[in-house]
Amino acid sequence: MAAHLSYGRVNLNILREAARKELREFLDKCAGSKAIVWDEYLTGPFGLIAQYSLLKEHEVEKMFTLKSGRLPPADVKNIIFFVRPRLELMDIIAENVFSEDKIHSSRDFHILFVPRRSMLCEQRLKEQGVLGSFINIDEYILDLIPYDGDLLSMEYESAFRECYLENDQTSLYHTAKGLMTLQALYGTIPQIYGKGECARHVANMMLRMKREFAGSQNQILPVFDTLLLLDRNVDLLTPLATQLTYEGLIDEIYGINNGYVKLPPEKFAQKKQGEASKDLPTEAKKLQLNSAEELYAEIRDKNFNAVGAALSKKAKIISAAFEERHNAKTVGEIKQFVSQLPHMQAARSSLANHTSIAELIKDITTSEAFFDNLTVEQEFMTGVDTDKVNTYIEDCIAQKDPLIKILRLVCMQSVCNNGLKQKVFDYYKREILQTYGYEHILTLSNLEKAGLLKPQTGSRNNYPTIRKTLKLWMEDANEQNPNDISYVYSGYAPLSIRLTQVLARPGWRSIEEVLKMLPGPHFEERQQLPAGLHKKRQQGENRTTLVFFLGGVTYAEIAALRFLSQMEDSGMEYIIATTKLVNGTTWIKSIMDRPEAQAP
Amino acid sequence: MAFITASWNPLGDAFYRKTELYEMCWSLRDGLRDCLVAAAPYGGPIALLREPLRRSPSSRPQLEIYSASGGSIASFPWKSGAVVQLGWTVSDELLCIQEDGSVLIYDLFGSFKRHFSMGQEVVQTQVLEAKVFHSPYGTGVAIVTGSSRFTLATNIDDLKLRRLPEVPGLQGPPSCWAVLTQDRQTKVLLATGPDLYILDNTSCTAVSPPGLGPQAGSIVHMCVSFSYKYLALFTDSGHLWTGPSHLQDKLSEVDTKVRMSPKQMVWCRRPKSQQPSVVLMWDRLLLVAGVCSDTIQFPLDDQCVCVGELDGVRIISSSNQELLQEVPLVCQDIFKIASMAPGALLLEAHREYEKCSQKADEYLREIKEQSMLGEAVRQCVEAAGHEYDSNTQKSLLRAASFGKCFLTDFSAESFVSTCRELRVLNAVRDAAVALPLTHTQFKQMTLQVLIDRLVYRQFYPLAIEICRYLKIPDYQGVSRVLKHWASCKVQQKDLSDESISRAVCMKVGDSAGVSYSDIAAKAFECGRTELAIKLLDYEARSGEQVPLLLKMKRSQLALSKAVESGDTDLVYTVVSYLKNEMNRGDFFMTLRNQPVALSLYRQFCKLQEQETLKDLYNQDDDHQELANYYVTASYREKRLESRLSLLQTAVDEFNKAKNEFAAKATEEEMKLLRFQRKLDDEKGAGLLGLSLQATMEALLALGLQKQAEQLYRDFRVPDKRYWWLKLKSLAEKEEWEELEKFSKSKKSPIGYLAFVEVCMKSNNKYEAKKYVTKVTPEQRVKAHLAVSDLEGAADAAIERRSESEMGAVLSRCSDSDRLLIDRLNRAKASAAKK
Repeated sequence: MAAHLSYGRVNLNILREAARKELREFLDKCAGSKAIVWDEYLTGPFGLIAQYSLLKEHEVEKMFTLKSGRLPPADVKNIIFFVRPRLELMDIIAENVFSEDKIHSSRDFHILFVPRRSMLCEQRLKEQGVLGSFINIDEYILDLIPYDGDLLSMEYESAFRECYLENDQTSLYHTAKGLMTLQALYGTIPQIYGKGECARHVANMMLRMKREFAGSQNQILPVFDTLLLLDRNVDLLTPLATQLTYEGLIDEIYGINNGYVKLPPEKFAQKKQGEASKDLPTEAKKLQLNSAEELYAEIRDKNFNAVGAALSKKAKIISAAFEERHNAKTVGEIKQFVSQLPHMQAARSSLANHTSIAELIKDITTSEAFFDNLTVEQEFMTGVDTDKVNTYIEDCIAQKDPLIKILRLVCMQSVCNNGLKQKVFDYYKREILQTYGYEHILTLSNLEKAGLLKPQTGSRNNYPTIRKTLKLWMEDANEQNPNDISYVYSGYAPLSIRLTQVLARPGWRSIEEVLKMLPGPHFEERQQLPAGLHKKRQQGENRTTLVFFLGGVTYAEIAALRFLSQMEDSGMEYIIATTKLVNGTTWIKSIMDRPEAQAP
Repeated sequence: MAFITASWNPLGDAFYRKTELYEMCWSLRDGLRDCLVAAAPYGGPIALLREPLRRSPSSRPQLEIYSASGGSIASFPWKSGAVVQLGWTVSDELLCIQEDGSVLIYDLFGSFKRHFSMGQEVVQTQVLEAKVFHSPYGTGVAIVTGSSRFTLATNIDDLKLRRLPEVPGLQGPPSCWAVLTQDRQTKVLLATGPDLYILDNTSCTAVSPPGLGPQAGSIVHMCVSFSYKYLALFTDSGHLWTGPSHLQDKLSEVDTKVRMSPKQMVWCRRPKSQQPSVVLMWDRLLLVAGVCSDTIQFPLDDQCVCVGELDGVRIISSSNQELLQEVPLVCQDIFKIASMAPGALLLEAHREYEKCSQKADEYLREIKEQSMLGEAVRQCVEAAGHEYDSNTQKSLLRAASFGKCFLTDFSAESFVSTCRELRVLNAVRDAAVALPLTHTQFKQMTLQVLIDRLVYRQFYPLAIEICRYLKIPDYQGVSRVLKHWASCKVQQKDLSDESISRAVCMKVGDSAGVSYSDIAAKAFECGRTELAIKLLDYEARSGEQVPLLLKMKRSQLALSKAVESGDTDLVYTVVSYLKNEMNRGDFFMTLRNQPVALSLYRQFCKLQEQETLKDLYNQDDDHQELANYYVTASYREKRLESRLSLLQTAVDEFNKAKNEFAAKATEEEMKLLRFQRKLDDEKGAGLLGLSLQATMEALLALGLQKQAEQLYRDFRVPDKRYWWLKLKSLAEKEEWEELEKFSKSKKSPIGYLAFVEVCMKSNNKYEAKKYVTKVTPEQRVKAHLAVSDLEGAADAAIERRSESEMGAVLSRCSDSDRLLIDRLNRAKASAAKK
């Protein structure tokens, strides 16, 4: 089911198994048949931990979505609410429970809070007078969810907003807890590096928690050599840029949710002879994307411009493999061919899918609008005319292009210019308010608070220095056979990944100056290992670093880290963790305020 | 050494030996005469109550508590009622069962813990006899009252009294009785005359031990083995019947030839006993009776008390203490005279080796020839564990170590662990510590419990040494000891808070797993709040720290600790506690000093208490946030007037926040709303809520040019945007003439390519072409291409000598455009040359 989690350097399936075990234990606590009422947001992440079959084995017979009003009828002994600890959900639960009691009285209620119980929520249930109706109130500590063999995410959507806008560090607490769980399973991580306020905070909490847990010292040989904690606000630029890897573009254009993408169905219609073409499927085509699919693992991190070639090469290999059957003469050969058939057929259908996706994407990437947008982005990143009002942005506003696109560009310009001139700054804001509505004044205020959009203050623009020192712009990025991480943005090397790369070699000491320009402190901590657990490294054995992005990470950044892992002389393998997998659009969306949407 | 068998007494196939454990260091004036004595098994403490039934108030009896070696631990006059029985619980607490049925519990140091009663009716009927017993459930108490009724409490820590049914026909007290634990049930076995009964919760059953004929006489004494598996009955004819306690079988019947009822009768066996036996004690005689008809007799010259142990009997007299036990088989094998067991040979070999005699080799060969060397080593190791004398232990272990050298794949584990354990056992057997445990007992009781007992006796340094020596994980070892030590330390009334907390901190430090909050809770319990707070400061786990601080009403401190922890739920816990405890002003002030808590509370208010949110911003003079608050609020209002008034407030706040831009923008918003309202009223335009751009768009669509123009001017809309807007609107309405007029009204700020493209979007090539010529040279190729004029595009491109533009044109050419293609290719080639 989740074999791809165990292929990587670190067997993340251990984490998944631990999570599954805990889930089973909870389910078995509620004896008898059960129905689960889901907080809809949780179903995606849970799907990565346990399929319905596991729930079924533990007598889960029905599943509902949490909605106000009455619970749908179900002839079960237990009703279990799987919810995030949010007050508004408590009110719905209370309503459910109230309307329930009158009809059935024999059903038992339980709550499973994910990832943690909350006093506030329980108090809320108490105020509503239903707390006593629950037999079990438990927590399911699901902080870090394995998404792929080298990728963990908390899928904590509001983490960036809470940390940088609301000064609410709940997500960081969960992060620290998640890292403790990870250390319990994979051994103490001896070295911790970090950059940024939140990183510092997480590291502090981890060290503190280590003291709390002291004594139950785990005797596991450390799997990770290093942990690098990075604040998203150290590198605000990268997520704003349009990702140009295959996976990145799928996410930019269609959005990947919990490892699934929904695509327009037309391209995927089964072409069978004789069938009328009018009954095209209308439901979106849902595909799972992860490294379990051989082809996808191969092309996901390539620059999109190199995907076509890879696909056609693959097509040749597959058809050659099918041709083999003509060469199969003896019974043994035929038998062998047949035994490979399922694998080949899977490969063929995978190829067909990705060819279709690539075509869909190509339609967009070859459009003028995409090109113009990219040109402006690259101008900003190379520091061209960042202190003037940009005509393209102006035109886009006049054309009423989607607001988020505008915000991404404006923010990018601001970041690349270390703030906009007051006149430019006010001009953009006015344009946005007049075109998209005055309610966005709140969103603009949020962007300012997050540092994404700001007026230039006295200090000079230090972005060029950062760009030059860290070689953020590589003129001759090789998209087909990359030799540098800049291929993921066709020229721009993500700052966050450069920091990671420099840390591995030659070390941060070489870029002290630049580190000082970036927000927040940088630091190094060591965690004492119990005697006898010091790794004896084999000659040529790679070190493993866990890079934790606080506030989100993009697929392009992940691709860049994977590229670094694969580089022969890097000597470092990376495992990636984050609070949330983001792209510029979802990220900006999470910072926006929409008062009109809440209006009665 | 050589005389090790001198103290062995044969009994059937087995041997029994007495080992001196201690010379008692107490000095009892009258010996153990007229004393109630209770000594706990596993080398536990000894309690003495002299003349327990004396009731004259003038001379109170003295209750004394001694260690197993007779060292005085506590002594105090007994002021309570008459005591019938003393006993120790599994956790070394002393039970004093009084005549009136109340049971007083003291700790090892003689301080009173609590008491309970064995039932109201007992006050009347009085306790005749009582027994303390141990079972898997804990320590229990059984009594028989003056009215010959039994009451049981199986576990005194979870007190449930059970009054057992009456025994039919029982007149007066039973002649003897015992408590049995069988099949998870606690029962009483009692004898009256020759009859034997079992009393359980509901019934009383007469039973008869198999093979005990009526001629044997009345049963006058009985005892149950340590494990409740065996029963011994003594009759007034001097017969001793032994058998399993389920009474299905019989082990033996021995005639002791003593008719008097023994003072004490105790089972003496060991796990895997060869010869289970019973020790009977009279005033001057100690007799060991086994399954065979033999007995061993020891004369006694002093009053003694026997304590049944898991693997023997301790005999305590006023002068010394001995352990009587069956000699373990392995020791027999090794030490029996002329034994040829491999262990014996190995011991001999080693002895010779130490004498540098070649005989060592002979012995070794002999063992090796039988391939018994491994067995020999194992025997020596095991026997060492059973020996009490450290010299014997040493020579056995040395022999084992010697033998080990000649083995290639022998796991040293048992050797090493025995060495370590013996070192620990020798240490705790020391008279100063006085825990005379045998190796078997130690294994049964486990190291954990041993450490607990040491801790309980306040032998902290020794306990820590042991933990370190045996490398017990801190969590179960050193830390646990330190925790107890610290809890004890905080109760020392003569020391100042400062010095105690310093001492605790110094010793405990960052020790893994020591809960400072537990220590603090203890201090708080003893009324030392200040000390508790000082100690809590060292607590790493905020989850523990905070609730205790709240309990001690140190809410400010609790808040800052919660914030430090990063656990937001904990912060909320404190905040909601404070909210209920404090008046609003103080509450706000407190939050103000804790920004993290404040922002969390704000989050909460955003969801739950909008009004409070406003107050919070007000308090902080956070005008920017206040303004945002009013803006947000304005969108919740349906009525325009209230919406406008909220926006006006927002404007005021923006001004106070010196955010001119926002103030102006909000004023504009108000202006727009008023304008929209007016037009909606006048023309039913349905504009309210639209953005400025959308409003102008709608106005143009409705043909309200003038009003659109007015907005364009009033709101200082940039020309570019307005031109786009108008261009699109006119094209959409297909007002081509108007469009042309508009294009000529002044020089287009958005250029003319836009005109071309917009016309093409409306599929009007004719109109589009009109603007192609007006396009700037840079965009001309694009414009021509937009209207599919390839020739024109080619001309423009060639004129501009732009390779890329020529390429762009080429890519649009089809096969029919041969001529054009050739021309372009030629031009491209020539451009490339230059």
